[in-house]
Amino acid sequence: MHTLHFIVLCPFLFALFVPLLYKYLTPRVHTGWFVLLVPITLFLYLLRFVPRISEGNNLLRSVPWMPSFNFDFTLYLDGLGLIFGLLITGIGALVILYSIYYMSKHTEALHNFYVYLLLFMGAMLGVVFSDNILLLYVFWELTSISSFLLIAYWYQRERSRYGAQKSMMITIFGGLSMLAGFIMLSMITGTYSIRDMISHVGDITSDSLFIPAMILILLGAFTKSAQFPFSIWLPGAMEAPTPISAYLHSATMVKAGIYLVARFTPVFGGEAEWFWLVSGIGLVTLLYGSLNAVKQTDLKALLAYSTISQLGLIMSLFGVGSAALYFTGSDESSVYAVAVLAAVFHLINHSTFKGALFMVVGIIDHETGTRDIRKLGGLMQIMPVSFTLALIGAFSMAGLPPFNGFLSKEMFFTAMLDASKMSIFNMDTLGALFPAVAWVASVFTFIYCLVLVFKTFRGKYKPERLDKKPHEAPLGMLIPPIVLASLVVGIFFFPNALSKYFLQPASHAVLPGLPENVFAKKISAWHGFNPELIMTVGVVLFGILLYRSRKSWVGLLRRYPEPLTLNSFYALGLERGEEGSRFLTEKYMTGSIRDYIVYTFGFLTLLAGGALLVSNRLSFSSVNNAPITLFEGAIAVALLTASFAVLFAKTRMASIIALGGIGYLVSILFVIFRAPDLALTQMVIETVTTVLFLLCYYHLPKFPKAAGRMPFKPLNLIISLGVGATVTLFALASNGNRMFEPISSYYKNSYELAGAKNIVNAILVDFRGIDTMMEISVLSIAALGVFTLIKLNLDRGGKNEETK
Amino acid sequence: MKKQNDVILRIVARIAVVIILTFAINLFISGHHHPGGGFIGGLALACAITLLFLTYDIESVRDNIPFDFKAMAALGVLIAVFTGVGGMLYGRHFLTQAFNYFDLPLFGKTELATAMIFDLGVALAVIGTAMTIIITISEDR
Repeated sequence: MHTLHFIVLCPFLFALFVPLLYKYLTPRVHTGWFVLLVPITLFLYLLRFVPRISEGNNLLRSVPWMPSFNFDFTLYLDGLGLIFGLLITGIGALVILYSIYYMSKHTEALHNFYVYLLLFMGAMLGVVFSDNILLLYVFWELTSISSFLLIAYWYQRERSRYGAQKSMMITIFGGLSMLAGFIMLSMITGTYSIRDMISHVGDITSDSLFIPAMILILLGAFTKSAQFPFSIWLPGAMEAPTPISAYLHSATMVKAGIYLVARFTPVFGGEAEWFWLVSGIGLVTLLYGSLNAVKQTDLKALLAYSTISQLGLIMSLFGVGSAALYFTGSDESSVYAVAVLAAVFHLINHSTFKGALFMVVGIIDHETGTRDIRKLGGLMQIMPVSFTLALIGAFSMAGLPPFNGFLSKEMFFTAMLDASKMSIFNMDTLGALFPAVAWVASVFTFIYCLVLVFKTFRGKYKPERLDKKPHEAPLGMLIPPIVLASLVVGIFFFPNALSKYFLQPASHAVLPGLPENVFAKKISAWHGFNPELIMTVGVVLFGILLYRSRKSWVGLLRRYPEPLTLNSFYALGLERGEEGSRFLTEKYMTGSIRDYIVYTFGFLTLLAGGALLVSNRLSFSSVNNAPITLFEGAIAVALLTASFAVLFAKTRMASIIALGGIGYLVSILFVIFRAPDLALTQMVIETVTTVLFLLCYYHLPKFPKAAGRMPFKPLNLIISLGVGATVTLFALASNGNRMFEPISSYYKNSYELAGAKNIVNAILVDFRGIDTMMEISVLSIAALGVFTLIKLNLDRGGKNEETK
Repeated sequence: MKKQNDVILRIVARIAVVIILTFAINLFISGHHHPGGGFIGGLALACAITLLFLTYDIESVRDNIPFDFKAMAALGVLIAVFTGVGGMLYGRHFLTQAFNYFDLPLFGKTELATAMIFDLGVALAVIGTAMTIIITISEDR
C-alpha cells in the first residue's frame, strides 16, 4: 500500500462513517463539514506531488489484487492524472462547501447525499489514477452508478428518476462496450497495463482488432462525455441537486471520457480513424451543443448544453493533437502538439468557469425559486456578487479577455487553423471545415453567454413572477464560486506558471514520444495581429449583432420539429423496444402446453436430426446385429399393431387396454432377451399403471366427455414422424458404430466380488447401490406426493377460507 | 356391495395370500443368487395386501396390519442409507457392501451379506410406497 492507494480509497472509507456522523450529530452540525475534510486533505496531499511530477518523476505503485489473473491494483500518477486529481479534489472541496449552505440539514437526507458524493469522488480518483485497464473499468462503472444515485437524489420526482435512468442506460452502454474494447486491447498486447501498451504501440496498430477496439473504447468515452449523439442524458441529468450538476456534470464525470481519450491517445493516436472520429465528433458536438444552448429557457439546461458544446471543443482539440503522433520526429509535430496543450488548458479553464456558473445558477434558483429566464430579470442590483460571478464565468466561457477562456479559445482557433493546413488524412479537402465550424460554434457560444448573464440580471425586475423575495446568498454559498472566479481571472494573468507546472507535464503524458521542449510555448494574452484575433473580433461583432436580433431568429431554432430530436428518438427506441419484446414474448409464450411441446420436439428434430444429416457422419453397420428369430418378429408385429391401436382407438378405454397390451408384450420381449428381473418387474408395474389409468378414466368428469378419435393435426404428424426418424437414426447409427468394448465383462465376477450370483441384483445393491438408494427415495417422495395431493386438498381448503 | 355373499372369494383369498406372501419372501431372499430381489419381492408383498383389501374392507385389514406405510417407506430409505454409512464406520467408502460365510445352527454354511440389509430397505420402501398410494387413493372416494 502506498499513499497513492490511500488517496483513492480514502473517500470510500470515509463514506462508511458518514451515516454514523449523520445519525448522531444532526441537526447540531451539518454533516458536510466532516466530509469537507476529505477533499481538502487529498487536495493538499496531491499538491505536494506537483514539483516532482513537473520534473518528470512519475509515480507507479502496485498492490496485488488478483495475482493469478495478473489483475493488480496498479496506480500511476503523471501530469495528466495529477491535473484531474487536483480538479476532482479541489472542485470537490468547493462543491461540498457550497452544498453545506445549499442543502438544508433539516429537510434533506444528507447521509445519502454525502455517501453517494464520496463514492463518486473515490471512483473518479480511481479512474484517473488507474494504470490497469480492468481497474479503470471498475472505477468507471462506479462513477456511472454513483452518478445515477445522485441524479435521482430526489427520487420522489418523476423527472429525476427518468433522468437518472436515461443517464444510466447510456453510460452503462458505453461502459460495457468500453470493457469489450479493453478486452480486445489486452488480447492484442497481452497486458492490462496502459504503460506496457504504450511501449508496444507498434504491435497494436498492425493488429486486425485495432479498429474494433478503438471504436468500442471511443463509444465508452463519447457516452460518458456526452458527445454527439449520446449527449441527450446530460440535460436530463440536470434534475440533480445543483452542487451535483456543478461537480459531476460540468467538472468531473463528463471529463472522464475526455480523460480516456487523452490517456489512449499514445496508443491509438496518429491513425486517420482516431483523428477523424475524435475531432469530427468533437466538432459536431461543439456545434450541436452551442446551437441547442441558445434556445433554452431553463438556466441549467442552457448550462448543460454549453457543457456538451465545450466538451466537444476539448475533444476536437485532442483529436487534432493526435496528429502530432503521425509526424513523430519531424518539426511539424510540434504544430499539432500545441492542440493538446490547448485541450488540457481549456479543460482546466472549463472546470473553473463552469463550476462557478453552475453554483451561481444554484444561488439564483435557491434565492428566487425559479431557473426560468422568462421569469427572471433585473437581479443585478439585488444580487450584485452573483452578477459579478456570472459575468466573469460567462465571459470566460465566451472567450473574452481578461479571463482564462480567452487564452484557451485563442489556442483553439490556432489549432483549428493549423489543422486546416494539414496535408494528411484527407485534410486538404475537408480541412477548411474545421475553423469554419469552430468559428460558427463560437459565435453561438458568445450568444448564449450573453443570454445567460443579461436575461437573468438585466432587464426588468419581475417580482410578481417569483415565488420568493430574492436577496443575496449567504457568504458560505458565495465563497466557492468566488474562489473559482478568482482562478478564472488569475489564470489569465499568470498562464505560464500554470503551463509549467501542470499543462506541460500533462501534455507530455498525452504525447509521450515527443520532446519536452515542444510544449514549452509561452502562452500570452497578446499574440500579435493574426487570424485568430480577427476571428475573435468577428465572434464578438456577430455575436452582439445576433444577440440584438435574437427574437427574430431564435424562433427558427425552436421550430425544429420535436419528433426529429435525439430525445424523441431515444424515447421512441425505448418504447418500440418494449413493445417489440412484449409482442414477441406474447407471440411465442402462448401458455398452451401443446405449443411448448411442439417447440421442444421441433427443436430436437431440427437441431439434432439436422446435425446428424448435415454432419455426414451417418453410417450403418450390421456387423453387431444378431439374427432375427421368428418369435421376435411376431412380437414386433404385435407391438406395432398395439401401437396403432392406441393411436386410432375411438375410445379411451380401448387406448388404455392397448397400452397395457404393449406393456405385457414388452415384458415378453424381456423374457426372450433373457432378463428375468426386468420381466417380473415390468409385468407387475404394467398391471399397476393400467389400474391407475383405469382409475383416472373412471373419474373423468361426466359432462363434456368427448369420446372419440384423436383430432388430426398435420403439424403433429410431421413433428412426431420427425422425432421418430431422428431417434431411430441415432439408435441405428450408434449401434453400428460402437467405439469401446462394453464394461459388462467386469460384472461377470459378481460372485467373487459381491458374493451374488444374480448379476443384476449385485449391480443394483452393490456395484451401483447409490442409484438404487436414490430411486427408492424417489419412490418414497412420489408416495408422499400422492398422499399430500389427495389429503391436503388445497383447493377445497382455499374455498372454505373464502367463504368464512 | 358389502351385503353380497362372497364366501368363495374369501376362502380362496385366504389361501392365495399365504402363497403369495411365501412367494414374495422367497423372491426377496433368493434375489441375491436368482431372479428376484427387494424391488419385485416388495411389489409381490404389496400385491398380497392389496388382495386382502379387495376381499375384505380396508378398515378391518388395517386393524390387523397396523403399520403406517408412510413411515415404512421412510424406514426403508433410512435402512438403505445406514447400510451405506455402516461401511464408512470401517473406513470404507459410502455404500461399500461386505459379505462372508457363516455356519449357522439350522441352515449350515450360509452366506450373509450387508447387501441383503440394503435390499431389505429397498423392499420396505417399495411396500410402503405402493401401499401408501393405494390406500390414499382408495380412501379418497
